[in-house]
Amino acid sequence: MKRIRSVLLPPALAIVFAALLCAVALVISGDSPLTALGAMITQVGEGTTAVDIINSGAIYYVAALAVAIGFQMKLFNIGIEGQFRLAACVAAIVGGALVLPPVIHTIVIILVAAAVGALWAGIAALLKAYRGVSEVISTIMLNFIATGLIAFLIRRDTFGLLQGNNISTAPIPESGRFPGISFGSSGTIFGMVFVAALLGVGYWYMLGRTRFGFELRASGESPTAATAGGVDARRMVIIALLLSGAVAGLVGIPELVGRDFAYTLTSPQGYGFTGIAVALLGRNHPVGIALGALLWAFLDKSALALDNVGVPREIVLIMQGSVVLSVVVAYEIVRRYELAAEQRRVSAQLRAVPVPEQQEVRS
Amino acid sequence: MPESEFAVELAGITKRFPGVVANDDIALRVRRGQVHAICGENGAGKSTLMKILYGIQQPDEGTISVDGAVVGFRSPSDAIKAGIGMVHQHFMLADNLTVAENILLGAEALHGIGGGARKRIAELAHVVGLETDPGVLVESLGVADRQRVEIVKVLYRGARTIILDEPTSVLVPQEVDELFDTVRGMRAEGFTFLFISHKLDEVRAIADQITVIRRGTSVGTADPRTVTTRQLAEMMVGSELPSPQTRESTVTDREVLRVEGLELAGDGGGCPLLAGVDLVVHAGEVLGIAGVEGNGQTELVEAIMGIRRAGGTVVVGGRDVSRASTLARREAGVGYIPEDRTRYGLLATQPLWANRMLGYQSRPPVARGGFLGLLDRGAARRDTERIIAEFDVRTPGPDVAAAALSGGNQQKLVVGRELSGDPVLLIASHPTRGVDVGAQAGIWDVLARARARGLAVLLISADLDELIGLSDSIKVMFRGRLVADADPSTVTPEQLGSAMTGAATTGAATTGAATTGAAGTATATTDAGATGTHRRAHPGQGAR
Repeated sequence: MKRIRSVLLPPALAIVFAALLCAVALVISGDSPLTALGAMITQVGEGTTAVDIINSGAIYYVAALAVAIGFQMKLFNIGIEGQFRLAACVAAIVGGALVLPPVIHTIVIILVAAAVGALWAGIAALLKAYRGVSEVISTIMLNFIATGLIAFLIRRDTFGLLQGNNISTAPIPESGRFPGISFGSSGTIFGMVFVAALLGVGYWYMLGRTRFGFELRASGESPTAATAGGVDARRMVIIALLLSGAVAGLVGIPELVGRDFAYTLTSPQGYGFTGIAVALLGRNHPVGIALGALLWAFLDKSALALDNVGVPREIVLIMQGSVVLSVVVAYEIVRRYELAAEQRRVSAQLRAVPVPEQQEVRS
Repeated sequence: MPESEFAVELAGITKRFPGVVANDDIALRVRRGQVHAICGENGAGKSTLMKILYGIQQPDEGTISVDGAVVGFRSPSDAIKAGIGMVHQHFMLADNLTVAENILLGAEALHGIGGGARKRIAELAHVVGLETDPGVLVESLGVADRQRVEIVKVLYRGARTIILDEPTSVLVPQEVDELFDTVRGMRAEGFTFLFISHKLDEVRAIADQITVIRRGTSVGTADPRTVTTRQLAEMMVGSELPSPQTRESTVTDREVLRVEGLELAGDGGGCPLLAGVDLVVHAGEVLGIAGVEGNGQTELVEAIMGIRRAGGTVVVGGRDVSRASTLARREAGVGYIPEDRTRYGLLATQPLWANRMLGYQSRPPVARGGFLGLLDRGAARRDTERIIAEFDVRTPGPDVAAAALSGGNQQKLVVGRELSGDPVLLIASHPTRGVDVGAQAGIWDVLARARARGLAVLLISADLDELIGLSDSIKVMFRGRLVADADPSTVTPEQLGSAMTGAATTGAATTGAATTGAAGTATATTDAGATGTHRRAHPGQGAR
């Protein structure tokens, strides 16, 4: 009961605080907060919004998991963006070129994406482990290199095809696609949504039940104690970043095998950075991240609904920014409070018990 | 002119932390213009008391008076305003700034940063005997000069009463003498000093008055002209305390640890941190390593544990582990009690059962084995409960965070963990540092019993009584070398103490190893010129 309160209270307070901040912003700009709230809530039942929220949420979820793996040992993989885009691009090229039976074709595309993501993150991992290069610097630089590499890969004289005004890779044939669950006019949920959920379960299991997860968290909590406990810091850096990169590689896959079937010049960007915010929101916890991802997707969608009722859509950005900041602050306050409370509780419990040993010493 | 003859008076100071009373009704009166020493063992509560006097912590009860007036310090800046300054044991200097910049940092409002400030710094540098150009970078200074910079820093802020927290722990003997000359000179000019130390000879050499603190309370004052070191030691430890006595010898001739030719180069080409260290520990034997801190003990331990890569061979139980990882060495049966449990031994925010897994993540009962490396959390919990019961860890249960326990209970958990899984060798680095007396006696008892069962122990300790009481044989470490052997059944703490400085004749402390002793003395002399370089590397290590 107490645990649930300490887990749920901070984000709830943070969301309320962020909502109040937005309400103030709306009032100042002369709009009605209630109209905005109404529009945001009613949009969920309209058209494909609910399905879109789940689909986007799954993508954000995978991106945030990739970030969270690094965060567990205080590694900041800011390069999810480059890893996922390059992975999606290469996977699209491979998927469009291969002829394979269904299911196997899809699995190959997914594995290629994970491998490319891991490879791209692996460059940063090796630089960090053997040359001490900060992963923040190297991954953000690799983002730019990835952008250049993608531009090269989808040129018409390499793997690109001209499709109307757009350049894209060769379309992935039917056998490589991942069927979703159709709700008719309400849209289609990507099949990859379930893979994302499985990833979350795997992440939870790895963290809590496996030696690797324990070593990962120990390295994050105290690198010195981990080293003294026989954790190889260099190995941990490499594996954690490779794993983070592999998960990052899957970020672009739901749309690739579920909707677009090709990588184009206009394929979406920015999921990597959204993932960082969502991982912060969810405090690296698999369930927390899921809720954070859905909230983020909901707010994203709200921008359209707000536009329709004449409220500036930028209010969504204010909301997203303030919710992340307030969650981070709220958790830090609660964390400190809980630690102090636990120390008090332990000493109170121990005072209640007589202390036999010290008396023995005196006698 | 202030009316009170006492620069500082503390009355009834009490400070409680979770699970431990750090200070209990402490009284302290410091006369103006005197050097007042505060003695006590590690963990006796000296540091807490000084933190209270310096405003870092607030007492739960009691009053502080400065120059006869009761004051309430809420932060160090309040203490500084009242004329109290503190020189911390670990220097608080920015290496990449100059001496003058370090002094002025945060005190720009006093005399500006121009000519006035320079003039004042020059005056104070003269008072303290700091002969370095204020324009040089602090990183180029040796330890003794850094300490002087720290003193100038507090004087610049107007301190008349200066707290020196273990000022000699980082100094070599000549530097200690120079520091004492400085202190005497400043005392003559009316400065008051609070000198924190547990080195009794130094205390007797410098102090005008001594207050002894034991188990968090002040047990009395002594006059350094009449009191003997022995009497002082008895006041510090209390005669009713159990002494760490191991009974009959259990030493076997089965080698458990053999270290040969261990070499470790110093940072930046200074003196080697380890130079040709050879030692053997047998089953059932406690080998004690004595030495002033910073003479290579930390490096020796870390090299044996595989945390630092060093040249030479390390053989555990007949198996060469020189190239093995830390985990492989642990799996070979090496337990490790690190010198700083909070940094190297525990995951502070994790529950106790998760801390039980640290270092054992690859072995039963914690690991189930298999390709995924699954952990058995239930078994880890049950084994944590066993440790809690067996080693008397005072905790409501295995689910509380390690940080919620008191230092002594944290240490008992670490000791219990490191004795789990039938180790053949235990590396115990300052195993009772900063723990309360009850926990200390318990840990001594545990070590003695483990030794009787055939455990080999390499014991590193700054507490010479502990070292003499527990060890079957003692080696003295000085500047990265083992320079002398001592027999704990005949050696006294005083003899050991002088052997540790490397300068004194080690003959008295050496039995049956006169040649080693002589070689050690010779080494010490030839190395003296390199002291500055070697010492310079030290503060950097502190930041590790």
